[in-house]
Amino acid sequence: MARLVTRLRFIIGVLAVAFIVALATPISAQQPTSVDPDASAVTEQQLLQNQSKIQGRGTIPDTKSDVIEHPAGRDWRHFHQVTLHWIGGIAVLGMVALLVGFYLIRGMVRIESGRSGRTIVRFNAFERFVHWMTATCFIILALTGLNITFGKDLLLPLIGPDAFATWSQWAKYAHNYLSFPFTLGVVIIFLMWLAGNIPNRVDVEWLKEGGGIVGHKHPPAYRFNAGQKMVYWIVVLGGTAVAASGYMLMFPFYLTDISGMQAAQVVHGVVAVLFVAVMLAHIYIGTIGMEGAFEAMWDGTVDRNWAKEHHELWVEQEERRGETPGQPVPRPARI
Amino acid sequence: MARMKFLCDADRCIECNACVTACKNENEVPWGINRRRVVTINDGKPGERSVSMACMHCTDAPCAAVCPVNCFYTTADAVVLHSKDLCIGCGYCFYACPFGAPQYPKVGNFGSRGKMDKCTYCAGGPEADGSEAEFVKYGANRLAEGKLPLCAEMCSTKSLLAGDGEIIAQIYKERVAKRGYGSGAWGWQVAYHETIAT
Repeated sequence: MARLVTRLRFIIGVLAVAFIVALATPISAQQPTSVDPDASAVTEQQLLQNQSKIQGRGTIPDTKSDVIEHPAGRDWRHFHQVTLHWIGGIAVLGMVALLVGFYLIRGMVRIESGRSGRTIVRFNAFERFVHWMTATCFIILALTGLNITFGKDLLLPLIGPDAFATWSQWAKYAHNYLSFPFTLGVVIIFLMWLAGNIPNRVDVEWLKEGGGIVGHKHPPAYRFNAGQKMVYWIVVLGGTAVAASGYMLMFPFYLTDISGMQAAQVVHGVVAVLFVAVMLAHIYIGTIGMEGAFEAMWDGTVDRNWAKEHHELWVEQEERRGETPGQPVPRPARI
Repeated sequence: MARMKFLCDADRCIECNACVTACKNENEVPWGINRRRVVTINDGKPGERSVSMACMHCTDAPCAAVCPVNCFYTTADAVVLHSKDLCIGCGYCFYACPFGAPQYPKVGNFGSRGKMDKCTYCAGGPEADGSEAEFVKYGANRLAEGKLPLCAEMCSTKSLLAGDGEIIAQIYKERVAKRGYGSGAWGWQVAYHETIAT
């Protein structure tokens, strides 16, 4: 009996196998003889033509690494290694050359009527503090930033790779951390001097006369003349641009992907070198370029004759305000 | 001297991720950093392909060009390495790299970048070959021992090839000729400005 069951089971098994094979044969007969698994496969060239990068799905938690090819880095490399060097070199050296030339031709702009010996308050202690906080940060940010672009060509051959790397490491820290007080300074500057820096009709006249910088005319101006207003807006808008683009680089992937960071670096680099060039001019006119200008930001007061020559309308405003009761302005004693 | 390259035969890669694991283990790669990763393109669709990608050790490497402190160097075997003593963690090599190879351990405040880490082709760094200091900073130096990178050495389907560019290109060409198809050497055009004609 047991033998019969075994034999039956064997026969059923054979029949079942034969049935499955019989079913399968027509399907396999329909298959082509040679297979090209790449017929429908993605190709690298196609992917790079359709998109600027090749992205897929990875299995590690870091989804940024799902991009396996992103050739745009080459364009950014060209910008960083060639374009930015030219823009920065021309902007900074060009401005230095311009200022040296101007100084040699025009010399220091004097207070033409001489010092009166009477002073007038121009910037209060808070204004000066904010100015110098922002200025100190800017100078350090500018030097450490220029080091990133030009340091390896100019400084590295002089001090060697180890000293240069140590300096650059500290420079990076300084650049990152001082960005915060700098940004704060730009925000306060924007707010505290906004009222005096709205462009008006006086500025058109001032600009038409070239600010009196050539020749000896003194076009009238309120507290800030058109040139100072330009510096103000360059600081506010340029400062915002470098701060925003800088924070994108400092906090990678919080706001943008890699393309965004490449773009942010382009904005940061270009705006920063132009900013440096403008600030060189600002430093020039505030120091050796003009007699009586530096003390405005250092002591907070200017000579009345300086103020009358450069900011005639502002002096009139201040004196009118001084005549209102309760706010006496020091005057020479009347006999 | 050899011109070392990687070649990933995407028609053979089965996305087992053993190369990723082997790399992490062999080099004791820091937490959160993957020097090599496997990415599947068109996942789940007909014709999906997986590619294992790491630093390709480019010809005229963009990372080295943009580095502000010149911390990169190319060995006699054309392997692109860098010095973590010189690196300042600025992130520029990452902006320039077409393969997303450079990575930075998060150190200090606000996710700021530490010293860059990337695939060394299992060739260590500027320290003495096989020294403890070299291992701690860069991982294994198999090349100095006459061995190829572990990711390629242990690849179960021999999809990932490492070695002299001409030799691995020849192996790939023979494969393609024999099986009748091949989706090309991924990344070669970008990394080496040349590709393998098959």
